[in-house]
Order: sequence, then structure tokens, then C-alpha cells
Amino acid sequence: MKIIKNKIIMEDDWNVLRLNEQETAEDIVVKPGKQIVPLKVWLAQRSTLQLRSDLGVWLASDERPETIKDDLQQFSVIAVDFPRFADGRGYSIAYNLRVHLSYTGELRAIGDVLRDQFFYMQRVGFDAFAPRPDRSIEDALKGFSDYSEVYQVSYDQKLPLFRRVQRKGRLATGSVNE
Amino acid sequence: MYRYDEYDQQIVDERVTLYRDQVRRRLANELTEDEFLPLRLQNGLYMQVHGYMLRIAVPYGLISATQMRMFAHIARKYDRGYGHFTTRQNIQFNWLRLEDTPDILADLASVEMHAIQTSGNCIRNITSDEYAGVAQDEVIDPRPYAEILRQWSTFHPEFAFLPRKFKIAISGGKEDRAAITAHDIGLSVTRNAQGEIGFRVLVGGGLGRTPIIGSEICEFVPWQHILTYAESILRIYNQYGRRDNKYKARIKILVKALGIDEFRRQVEADWANAKDGPGTLTEEELNRVASYFTDPDYATLSNHNSALNEFKADNRSFSNWFQRNVKPHRVPGYAIVVLSLKKLGVAPGDATAEQMDQVADLAERYSFGELRITHKQNLVLADVKQADLIRLWKEASTSGLTTPNIGLLTDMISCPGAEFCTLANARSIPLAELIAERFDSLDFQHDIGEIELNISGCMNACGQNHIGNIGITGVEKKNHDEWYQVSIGGAKGNNSSIGKIIGPSFTFNQVPEAIDRLLQVYLRERIEAERFIDTVRRIGHAPFKEHVYATTFEVEQEEVTDKSVVTPAQYSVPFYSPRF
Ligand code: HEM
Ligand code: SF4
Repeated sequence: MKIIKNKIIMEDDWNVLRLNEQETAEDIVVKPGKQIVPLKVWLAQRSTLQLRSDLGVWLASDERPETIKDDLQQFSVIAVDFPRFADGRGYSIAYNLRVHLSYTGELRAIGDVLRDQFFYMQRVGFDAFAPRPDRSIEDALKGFSDYSEVYQVSYDQKLPLFRRVQRKGRLATGSVNE
Repeated sequence: MYRYDEYDQQIVDERVTLYRDQVRRRLANELTEDEFLPLRLQNGLYMQVHGYMLRIAVPYGLISATQMRMFAHIARKYDRGYGHFTTRQNIQFNWLRLEDTPDILADLASVEMHAIQTSGNCIRNITSDEYAGVAQDEVIDPRPYAEILRQWSTFHPEFAFLPRKFKIAISGGKEDRAAITAHDIGLSVTRNAQGEIGFRVLVGGGLGRTPIIGSEICEFVPWQHILTYAESILRIYNQYGRRDNKYKARIKILVKALGIDEFRRQVEADWANAKDGPGTLTEEELNRVASYFTDPDYATLSNHNSALNEFKADNRSFSNWFQRNVKPHRVPGYAIVVLSLKKLGVAPGDATAEQMDQVADLAERYSFGELRITHKQNLVLADVKQADLIRLWKEASTSGLTTPNIGLLTDMISCPGAEFCTLANARSIPLAELIAERFDSLDFQHDIGEIELNISGCMNACGQNHIGNIGITGVEKKNHDEWYQVSIGGAKGNNSSIGKIIGPSFTFNQVPEAIDRLLQVYLRERIEAERFIDTVRRIGHAPFKEHVYATTFEVEQEEVTDKSVVTPAQYSVPFYSPRF
């Protein structure tokens, strides 16, 4: 499968493990190879999973990144699931992981991930995107350059616009009556 | 008034380009309606009864003559020659075609305007005091802070997909004229005992199905910290606000569920990380933005104008207008003029393209080229020389903008209702008209004095019925007839309260009679100059309720065959989404 990582389209061989209704976090057998497991599975099977050299974990939108705050080095990738693109909790999860928990590894957006959200997603700290497979991934790349300037602080931009550039005020722009 | 620099302009221009491409993809079916919906909503575009409705942001209600003329242009070129000013100080156009909307946004961008975040589950346009900068009771001018918050909230990457819409209001006067208690975040700029400037912060107010008055989360946040503090509130809300039920998704429900103390604890724990960080506002930035809100070139004048007094004595219409529509100004010799958009026979808040052009002219001639839109859906010329009042009144009269009813019964707030809104249970605007007709007598209105009447077509409460002294809400009944609930005792401002329903609901034609009976009780019971709301507070609901329901209502029932009686738009709408 193809994903976008650091704004480049690349092949990716991570598998995102999603449990079906019959499967439980305790009993599911995690296949060998590169697996991104649900947080619940990590918590239930931590003692065996932590022996793996390559492991990823994904958080559902109602799960807390603080749960894995002491485990961050264990993962080659952390993914955040967007069950619907309109569920915006993933943005704060990503921000908290990056800014409050200082996570520096790969942070991947999975689920209902569409190009119109990329700009915001990269700002809060996502660097990898698994866009919905029914859409052109080449088109999706355009999503990163929606805006060339932003006002506020986030993970990607540590300074707000007013600290980064010299904004000139009324003398430069004139007033309505001029 | 604020002007865009190259950064503001670039961001808005890029938005237009982006949106143009989104519309192209939608028309090419590369985007489904479901996927397009949140994108268009972030551009203020709704699908309503007649076609697409566009809501344009008027940040904190402030607008230049040039921008007003652009509204007139949009009304003529793309709509049916009029627009609707809203209670959130914005304007809406109701009859647009999707294909035209990118051009409309481009037109707006050319005069430093946009429709960004005027709908959708994001931080909405920030509203403020319509008399900011000129009110006599002003402590601090809220406009620079409103603009700074506007920029901070524009495309905030973390908060574009909140559980629900998020509204911020900011006031800086002793009296709150921005209804800050009815907002998700309400800010009041003040000074503390040391004379430092900061904000009293309220959170979790809101109307809709569950009306709640906001609670104080912090008594004083120093101005430097307001952006980071607001950000922490939003971050807690974004993570924990309910998303399973849209009627329970507003921040007010979260604040209620956690309790204000626990909510505050969580916000402050998050804030500890961001406080004093780079998001902290600088003196330099505040000064830059504030430079746009310095006083215009006021002349040195005195307050006495004998010509004015003579004319008032001679001319009853003028003196009525002067009494109701002219407000005292901070600067001697100047006055604030409210242009009423509540003329009998016209939907509250509607203005024609011609009127928009005329008020733009008036603004240029008499008020330094600026206008304000009020939360009561009127327009304000904030800086008029008292010596110009007579001329201004004569000119504005020819445009139908001098109905002397500001603050009176017919200065009603009404939402668009069933003729324009797919969520409505009942019509609002025709009811407003019926009421206006019934109480058209100015003498009667002056006798009743200050009163607020608010009408919403459903419990979403866009007409702010809960904080009206008299509130009217369209309610759903099984047979789809129109029924209206009537409440009394609501108020906004410093002493705000939520109204209580008086009893069983009324039909369309019964409502004016019900209001009449409420007023009869008031006239009977009031003491001296007591306002309607004061009487309600003093004597309680019971006497009102008793009198209203004491005798049967003898009004004819009109058959309503089609509530959306306005002729539907004459074009096919291929990209239709039934609900917004
Ligand atoms: C015709 C299209 C409109 C639609 C579909 C619409 C929809 C809604 C909905 C669903 C709510 C409830 C939100 C909630 O409780 O979560 C709401 C609230 C509100 N709307 Fe509208 N609205 C429309 C027009 C307007 C207009 C024209 C105004 C101003 C005159 C307005 C002002 C408000 C206000 C003040 C609230 C109350 C906010 C609160 O709950 O605190 N809306 N609207
Ligand atoms: S109150 Fe109801 S009817 Fe009126 S505009 Fe809002 S959603 Fe529509």
C-alpha cells in the first residue's frame, strides 16, 4: 500500500491491525511482521509485544496518549485513527503527543483521512498519512500547500505570525478613509 | 477599523483559490456531498429552502462603506436584491447558486472580507459590543482583542473539527452589550485593582435546546495570556466534549457534566504547559492592532446644539427618533445613531441593495466611512456630529431607515424561520410582521417602553428567544401545524436570565393576542418607570400566566398550506443536501 510520508509518496508495509467483533485484545494473535496494533492490544499483551523489534500502536479517537507516555520508545510508529474526518479529537491527540509528551517518531493519520484535512494534520504533528484508498494519492499531495502562512502556534510552527515577521500596522496599510 | 496587511490578504486569497477547487471537485463529483459538506460549511455555505445560503463574516460587526457596497453588489448580481443581517452581526444571502460562490468569495476578498468559519463545528465569527470605542460606559475598547482573537482562531489547525460550533463574544463596557453570558466563551475586558488590563472569562453559556448562562472560569486572565488560555479551554473541549449526540455536544454540556471547578482544573493543568510560551501576546502586536482602532479625527465640539433642540420641539417624528435611535457618545458634540431595520412590513434585519448603498453613503458623509451591525439586526453609525443629526435623519428617512423603535416592542429579533430554514418548525418572519402590525402604534410602544421580543422558528434558538423579555419559539406538534411557545423573564446584559415558558402553546394567529395580554398585566402592575422585565421579576410569572389563559382566544385560524410560501428559486439544484 502507498502512503505519504514527509510529503513523499512511498510504499509501506505496515499492517494496521483492527479487531473484529469476535476478537478480543487479550486473545488476538498478532502476526509476525510490521504490525500497528490497537492500544488495547498493546496494553493486554505488552509483555510479549515489547520483545518485538518493529512494532506500531494506534490510538482510537477516544483514547488518551498519556496512556503510553512511558512506552513511546517502544514504537516505530504511532498512528491515530480518524473514524470520521469530522471527529477532530485526533488533532489534539497528535498535538499532545508531540508537544506535551515530546514524541518524535513517526506519527501517522489513519482512517477517514482526506486531503482537505492534510494541512491541519501536518500542523499538529502528523508526518505520515494513509489517505483513503479510493482517492488519488497524487492529488492528495496538493493538500499540504493549501496556505503559505498561518497565524497561530502549533507543533509545526513554534512562533505565531506576530513573532515571526514584522507586521506593519496602520501606517503601512492606511485606514479605511485613505 | 482594521485593514489587512499582506499576510491577512494572502491567507484570504488562498482560501478563495482552495474553495474554488473544492467547488470544482464537487461539481465534477470527485467529492461526495458528505465530504463537501464540512468544507462548504467552513466557508459559511448552507443548503437551505431556496438554494444555497452564504453567511459572510463581519468580524465583531464592524464594516466599512466600501464593504457595505460590496454587499449591495452581491445582492444585485448573485441574489435577489437583498440580504439579511443576523443576530451574530453577520449577513446572509439566501438565494445563491453553488457555481457562483467562488466568485462571490473572490469579490469579498477584494474588500478584505471572507466567509471563513461562519458555520460548521469550528470557532465562529467573534462578536462584540456594537458601541465599542464610542460608548460612554466603556472600560476598555474590546476591538483590538477581538481582531487578535479573529486571527488566532482563523484556520486554527487543532480546532477545525470540534464537537460542535463554538462562539466567542467580547465586551468592554460596564454594561454587557454582547450577550457574553450566552456564549461558549464570554470575555469581558476589564482592569484589576492594580489597573492592569485583562479578561473576566465565562465559559459554557449557550442557548439552543438547553439554554445555560455561562459560568465564570477565571476572574482575571491578564491580556497577554488570553490566547493560550482560550486555547486550553478549546483543547479540553475538543477532547472531552460529547460527540455521540449533537444536542449534547456544546461545551455547556461538558462544563455542566464536569462542574465548573473540575473543568477549570483541567483547563489550568493544560494551560500550565502553554502559559508564558511563544503563544503569549506581545505588547508590540497589541499596539500594532490597536493602531487601527485609535480615534478618528474628532472635531472639538460642545454638546449643546440649540438648532437641534428647536427642531426637536417642532418635529414630533424627529424627537421620537432622537429619543429612541440616538445614543450618547463618549466625545462631546457627537452621537451614536442606530438605523432601524425593523420597519413595518419588512423582515427584521433585511436590507435591500439600495439601502446598503444608501447607508454606505451616509457612513461616508456622516460617520468616517464606518458602520456597525448590531446583534439586534440593526445598523449603527457610531460617530455622527450632533449638528448633522437633522440632515442625517432626513436623508435616512427617505431610505426607510428611521423607524423610531430601537429598544421598543417592534425592534424584534427574529430568525429566518420556516420560509428559509430547513430546521424550522414554524414561520418566524411572518409572525414578526403580524406582531409589528398589531402593535404599530408608536404611542403604545413608547408607553410600554423598553422591551425585548425574540422569535425563533425552532428550539435551536437562533432568534435568542431564551434571553428575550418575551421569547417565542416554534414547536413541533404531531400534525405539523405551527405552534408557538411563549416565555417571559429572559434578559441579556449584566443581569441576564433565561425565560420561563408561561404555559400551553399558541397558534400563529393567537400569538399577538397572547402578547397583548402579557402587556396588559404589565400596564396594570407596573410601578412608575419599571420596565417589563422588572415587573416580571418583581411579581413573578403567575399573574401573567393567569391573565393570558383566563379567557379563550377568539382569533380566526388561517389555513397554512405551505410554510415556505416564498417562491422557490427558479433553477435546478443538482447538488442538494436536505439538511445542513
Ligand atoms: C437559516 C439557516 C440557519 C440554520 C440552519 C441555523 C442553525 C442553527 C442551529 C442548529 C443552532 C443550534 C446549535 C446548537 O444548539 O448546538 C443554531 C443556533 C444559533 N443560531 Fe442559527 N441557524 C441559521 C440561521 C441563523 C441566523 C439567521 C441567525 C441570526 C439571526 C442565527 C443565530 C444563531 C444563534 C444566536 C444561535 C444560538 C447559539 C447558541 O445556542 O448559543 N442563526 N443555529
Ligand atoms: S431557530 Fe430554528 S428555524 Fe430559526 S433559523 Fe435557527 S434553526 Fe432555523
